[in-house]
Amino acid sequence: MRKGFLLASLVAGVSFMALSSAQAVEIEYWQYVFETRVNAMDQLIANFEKANPDITVKQVTFPYADYQTKVIASQAGGNGPDVLQFFYGWLDKFQQGGVLQPLDSAMFPTDAIEADFFPIVSAIKRDGAYYGLPTAVRSLALFYNKKLLDEAGVQPPTTLDELIDVATKTTKTDGGGNITSEGLTMDMAGQDHQWWREVLVRQMGGEPYDADGNVAYDSDAGLKALNFYTDLQTVHKVGLTGFMDEGQAAFKAGLAAMTIDGTFRLGAFRPISDFEWGVVELPANAEGVRSNYASYFANGIGSSATGEKKAAAEKFLAYISSAEAMQVWLDVVGELPARREAALTEANLADPIFAPFLKGLEYAHTTTFVDEAAQRQGAIDMVNRVLLENQDPKASLDQAAAAEQAIIDAAKK
Amino acid sequence: MSNIPDIDAKGATRKGRTGFVLTQSGRKVIWAWSFLALPIVFYSWIRFYPTLSAFWISFTDWDLLRPATFVGIANYQKLFADPIFWKVFGNTFAYLIIGTPISLLLSFTIAYFLDRVTFMHSFLRALYFLPFLTTAAAMAWVWRWFYQPIPIGVINGILSNLHIPAQQFLRSPAQALPSIMVTGIWAGLGFQIIIFMAGLRAIPSTYYEAARIDGLGEWAILRKITLPLLKPTTVFLVVFSSIGFLRIFDQVYNMTSNDPGGPLNSTKPLVMMIYQTAFSSFDMGYAAAQTVVLFMILLAVSLGQLFVLRNR
Repeated sequence: MRKGFLLASLVAGVSFMALSSAQAVEIEYWQYVFETRVNAMDQLIANFEKANPDITVKQVTFPYADYQTKVIASQAGGNGPDVLQFFYGWLDKFQQGGVLQPLDSAMFPTDAIEADFFPIVSAIKRDGAYYGLPTAVRSLALFYNKKLLDEAGVQPPTTLDELIDVATKTTKTDGGGNITSEGLTMDMAGQDHQWWREVLVRQMGGEPYDADGNVAYDSDAGLKALNFYTDLQTVHKVGLTGFMDEGQAAFKAGLAAMTIDGTFRLGAFRPISDFEWGVVELPANAEGVRSNYASYFANGIGSSATGEKKAAAEKFLAYISSAEAMQVWLDVVGELPARREAALTEANLADPIFAPFLKGLEYAHTTTFVDEAAQRQGAIDMVNRVLLENQDPKASLDQAAAAEQAIIDAAKK
Repeated sequence: MSNIPDIDAKGATRKGRTGFVLTQSGRKVIWAWSFLALPIVFYSWIRFYPTLSAFWISFTDWDLLRPATFVGIANYQKLFADPIFWKVFGNTFAYLIIGTPISLLLSFTIAYFLDRVTFMHSFLRALYFLPFLTTAAAMAWVWRWFYQPIPIGVINGILSNLHIPAQQFLRSPAQALPSIMVTGIWAGLGFQIIIFMAGLRAIPSTYYEAARIDGLGEWAILRKITLPLLKPTTVFLVVFSSIGFLRIFDQVYNMTSNDPGGPLNSTKPLVMMIYQTAFSSFDMGYAAAQTVVLFMILLAVSLGQLFVLRNR
């Protein structure tokens, strides 16, 4: 990391010297360390600098765990980045803290953004202004182990009833009743809390949050969704929270027939050589209602960028959210393009792996998190109270709703 | 910080008034202070100043981004009304009250007998010390996998072979804290054994010889000679180990990283609550209030132990 940083500064320094005669503007770009993301960005920066010889972009990266703290601390210290990557769920915190400046609607017209990007982009719009643009988006899908499904003689499920049926037929247990291979992974700390919140609650006829962003899942639909989830372990016995430590680990080891996960998991699953796996859309309910959870990291302009730096930052942002950049990102990182035209190409829609994720984007929802970790914790605890302490599901649901509402209220202050 | 030049100046002027040349002891004092000045300045800056500012922050609503405003004791009121805080408070003391005596008893017993073993003594001693050299995170992860359910958990595998029902360990609100404590005790054992053995070796063997000539039994020797003479060592280890358990973090964080401090906050120590409040929720004022409470606990426990175990 430090080496990479040194190298990056060296490269930036050398290019700065080379271009200083042309009065180059140097802007700083920040993102967290994730090898493929850093590589993709290096490639994009090289392309951009070739087209704009008067601008140099210096990429600075931090470990994910420190990233938010670094951004916030740099803002407090008054030397923030010109362009930075942020999770859409951090926007409120960053906007209130003055980390980001709204995009200039002359350079980035609102109606063009809304026409060209997937609708989930609206999660980074505040008071009519956009605070950033995503390069790539992520959605969820159901991964299945072809070998285990074939052994059980079943097809990948398309509805929730089929999901339970396939999971039941693919679950293996030992003589003592312990699960030795799961039908469906259960990992609330992974993506299951998103599945519960944005998919199951809606499929049971409810809404996770109302129009004002207040908790609305303390309803019959929320209770049905919670029961559906906990029944997987207690009634159908097709999964066990904590099995193989994490759902994705169980799937990767070939000890789970199905798991719900996101596009970002593709990189981890591609090296699997013991079995073939496939992806299908998240199961629909009996009425055919589908939903999905989509999320993304957006790039925004730091509040300290002014004058020619701001102009350079805008140019750079426009480039990294262009269709060309999205193709690079898809090829290098494997994340789906955020623009419809770049995403819904014939090649992508014919791709058996990308297609289910892309279809999911069309009906996906995004949760407006105010404190993602704390809100996820609330969902984990809600399920644990039912599974580990035999609490009445209704009481657990109400407790979770009250706790999450308190977090939302505290953030609104 | 500001008192250092004062003391320097005083030393110099006092000597300066009695005679124009500094006396031998005056020069020594100045030398000593000039050497001490650097660590004192450094320490004041990186330790005492942040400690004092934490007290101030605990009375504000600082969130790193917006300027802090004074909120009085609101953070403390929120803290004492928070059921999670009391749960975490109880956990912290569970680590301390169960962990410290067990680890000391174990390490003393091992040290006591290891001291008498001559066969492969150094090898055995090294073996016991080894866990102390291992990174806490690596150790925690190995134990985390030991505790897994079937089919990968070693312990559950053994239980299953013995036809004992599989245990939940880290997934159970009742078993998770003891499961983590075991690794905490195991991790610190090597250090405590070495210190106890050094303490045992420091007791002059003439006392033992005299006692044996007088016909004292082993048990009486242990009670009348070994334990009383080992008191300074014990005091040190009690304080050291207590502070360690009160600040336990690595083991808990690494063994429960999917659900930090869980399940249902059953393993969360105060240090982890502070960490999450500060660096996940960025509620610095509230986190500082928790830090002040932890500081008070550490202070009270350390002073209390020193008082109880003092030399009469």
